[in-house]
Amino acid sequence: MSAVVPTKGSAPFDMPAGKLAKHRARKRMNAIALSLSLMAMAFGLFWLAWILVETIRLGVGGLALSVFTEMTPPPQAETGGLANAIFGSLVMVTLATLLGTPIGVLAGIYLGEYSRKSWLGSAVRFINDILLSAPSIVIGLFIYAVVVAPLRGFSGFAGVLALALIVIPVVIRTTENMLSLIPNSLREAAYALGTPKWKVISSVTLKAARAGVITGILLALARIAGETAPLLFTALSNQFWTSDLTKPMASLPVTIFKFAMSPYENWQKLAWAGVFLITLGVLLLNILARILFKNKH
Amino acid sequence: MEQTTPHGRPPERKHVAPWADKLFAVFAYGAAWLTLLLLVGIIVSLLFGAAPAIKEFGLGFLWSTEWDPVQEKFGGLVMIYGTLMTSFIALLIAVPVSFGIALFLTEMSPGWLKRPLGIAIELLAAVPSIVYGMWGLLVFGPILATYVQAPLQSAFGDVPVLGALFSGPPVGIGILSAGIILAIMVIPFIAAVMRDVFDVTPPMLKESAYALGSTTWEVVSKVVLPYTKTGVVGGIMLGLGRALGETMAVTFVIGNFNQLDSLSLFQAANSITSALANEFAEAGAGLHQASLIYLGLVLFFITFVVLALSKLLLSQLRKNEGTNT
Repeated sequence: MSAVVPTKGSAPFDMPAGKLAKHRARKRMNAIALSLSLMAMAFGLFWLAWILVETIRLGVGGLALSVFTEMTPPPQAETGGLANAIFGSLVMVTLATLLGTPIGVLAGIYLGEYSRKSWLGSAVRFINDILLSAPSIVIGLFIYAVVVAPLRGFSGFAGVLALALIVIPVVIRTTENMLSLIPNSLREAAYALGTPKWKVISSVTLKAARAGVITGILLALARIAGETAPLLFTALSNQFWTSDLTKPMASLPVTIFKFAMSPYENWQKLAWAGVFLITLGVLLLNILARILFKNKH
Repeated sequence: MEQTTPHGRPPERKHVAPWADKLFAVFAYGAAWLTLLLLVGIIVSLLFGAAPAIKEFGLGFLWSTEWDPVQEKFGGLVMIYGTLMTSFIALLIAVPVSFGIALFLTEMSPGWLKRPLGIAIELLAAVPSIVYGMWGLLVFGPILATYVQAPLQSAFGDVPVLGALFSGPPVGIGILSAGIILAIMVIPFIAAVMRDVFDVTPPMLKESAYALGSTTWEVVSKVVLPYTKTGVVGGIMLGLGRALGETMAVTFVIGNFNQLDSLSLFQAANSITSALANEFAEAGAGLHQASLIYLGLVLFFITFVVLALSKLLLSQLRKNEGTNT
């Protein structure tokens, strides 16, 4: 093959002048579009880099052992930490995940294994996709109306419920997606052995989809770890250490919100330390979820 | 007895817990119904909570600018305007950028770079909104004020229409900053959908166009984009839904100031979500709280419609995909 093959978009050799000019214009248009696309990519990466760099720079500056051991201080105090807020966040996020995951997995199983073509299936799928992107502050309003207002008080328990309602759609979505990747031959093989449906699901399909389902749970965890809006009028906040779920409970995001908006220097410094911790945790969870998923697929 | 005939029939198989199958199905159905009930519950509780304000102000609430907790006169136009305007600015920036990113990831990027770059953009979506908010208020705002707002003001301050948009104190807080930060936040959502729908285009269509001598840009603009346009619009709607409901980032940078006297983009303003975040916990039970819930209801209604449209458009694309190929 000695003939030179024209490459993508290149001009044939015997092109008349008018056509050649048009060809050049097309090539120029292409070059402009592609360089703009390259710039868009750089634009996106630029913000990620900038935010991460600032978070690390200002966050590490505020980090000290006292952040983990001392309670949130009053304004302009010398010492103080975020211990109660970190503890509150850990408690609420853990409980919300424990509460939301089984419901999400079960509803995901319904969509993936029971509903295939029913109206309830399509309706749940549609509603779930909307709940997935619905404003989280509205979830806070809902829990306020059904839990906080009737019980006449903000509580850690209300915060847990609000966060659990955010976990559910994320877990439903990933569980269903992962179950739909399982080949039907696997199910049929299990049924052919006379296995009852619940056993097929729990020991065959769900087991095969395990890595994906866990990925979904990790992503849900990452999502609620940084959620602030639904906690503002459910768990509220608390200056003191509490493990009583019937009392208002401090959380890292709400404390950051309060401290960052204040003019006090010691509060702002602690807020940066908190932002650093949250960003680190959330990004690690995200990366862990992706590694786990990639190893399996 | 069975033990005495070792070569006989296999032992009778015990049917383990015959009720287990039914119980499991009941749980799965229950969880699915719970999701539906959740939506109904949200709507009913919002309607119920907002009822006093709906009774008092009716639909006039939507175009009244008064917000006076002392005299108990409430109207939501300032916040609704803030929410819509910040989201509009966000889309203005995010749509072309997301398109560029999707184009880069699907047509230009070398194979080994696709995954890391895709993950980097997805991580932008994973950063919690409170981080965007604090960064926007303390880092980005001052820089925006010095290097963008002040020069814009001195350049266009005297031009009739543009001058009005750029009037007001250039302090880095207000509608423009909120819009820019929302744009950064929704870029990953829109870009991810666009990338996915671009990948749906049958390779045969693209290869035919390349074989006729098309440039990459011509393939994207004349083959890929027409083929995927419903999906692209669906992705934009998804981003819009996200932008409308975003709370913390907006609350930090919008300035929380109830005014609609000037249309300036530099003025501090208020959005539905920031009003809720700032006032709800302190609002006494009564008309103030009911009005805030009314705002929440309006927000939920708008995002519901936008997200439902997005979902319909995206499923439309999937349906067409089945018939065209």
